[in-house]
Amino acid sequence: MGIHVVIQAADFDVSHEYQTLGNSDEPYGAIVTFVGLVRDFSDQSLQAIELECYESMAQKSLESIAETAYDRFDVSQLSVIHRTGRLLVSDQIVFVGVTAKHRRSAFDCANFVMDFLKTEAPFWKKEITTTDEHWVEMKESDSARRRIWE
Amino acid sequence: MINILFFGKLRESLGVSSVTMESGSITSVQELKLALYTEHSQWQALLDDPNTQVAINQTLKSMESHINDGDEVAFFPPVTGG
Repeated sequence: MGIHVVIQAADFDVSHEYQTLGNSDEPYGAIVTFVGLVRDFSDQSLQAIELECYESMAQKSLESIAETAYDRFDVSQLSVIHRTGRLLVSDQIVFVGVTAKHRRSAFDCANFVMDFLKTEAPFWKKEITTTDEHWVEMKESDSARRRIWE
Repeated sequence: MINILFFGKLRESLGVSSVTMESGSITSVQELKLALYTEHSQWQALLDDPNTQVAINQTLKSMESHINDGDEVAFFPPVTGG
């Protein structure tokens, strides 16, 4: 089974991950990759985020989400990478890569993994701005997105 | 012994990331919380926040769940990763 889940402080290289996904004996006709970035959509005051993680639970949680997605969407390879620690604006936070026979299952699998990751995997973001530090609050829109899959 | 962990805003508000407690007569999350309040009364408002979640041995559970000696019990706010 081609599932790969990693939690790391270090950055990742999307082209390397893309190559790794492609090194599969199973036939596939689609590769979907998603990268989530640190963003500042408000007022350009964001300097960094601190990503805290309950690592042993996060590993279990991401593996469980990946296994569920793998079985549900008939994909060939599924890779999930989530970073921790201090990240700057535009830094990469999370990677999801999927190979599948067809594009629909690859897109759906990546969406499913992100929707569950954002609502179940134990990571917490703290935003450090030029004026203060504050913990990011859960968004109801993320929970609503996840419920679509139920 | 029960190993108790706190994360995120809750960890910062409590000012501690982990404590241990003799399991004694504690058999549920609710009993564990009451035992914690006996030692740290100021923790009650934070741990009783309806948004606070609990995991037992790295699996999300309800506040009504049973716990056993040797369990790892973690309290934390809703997750915000990704």
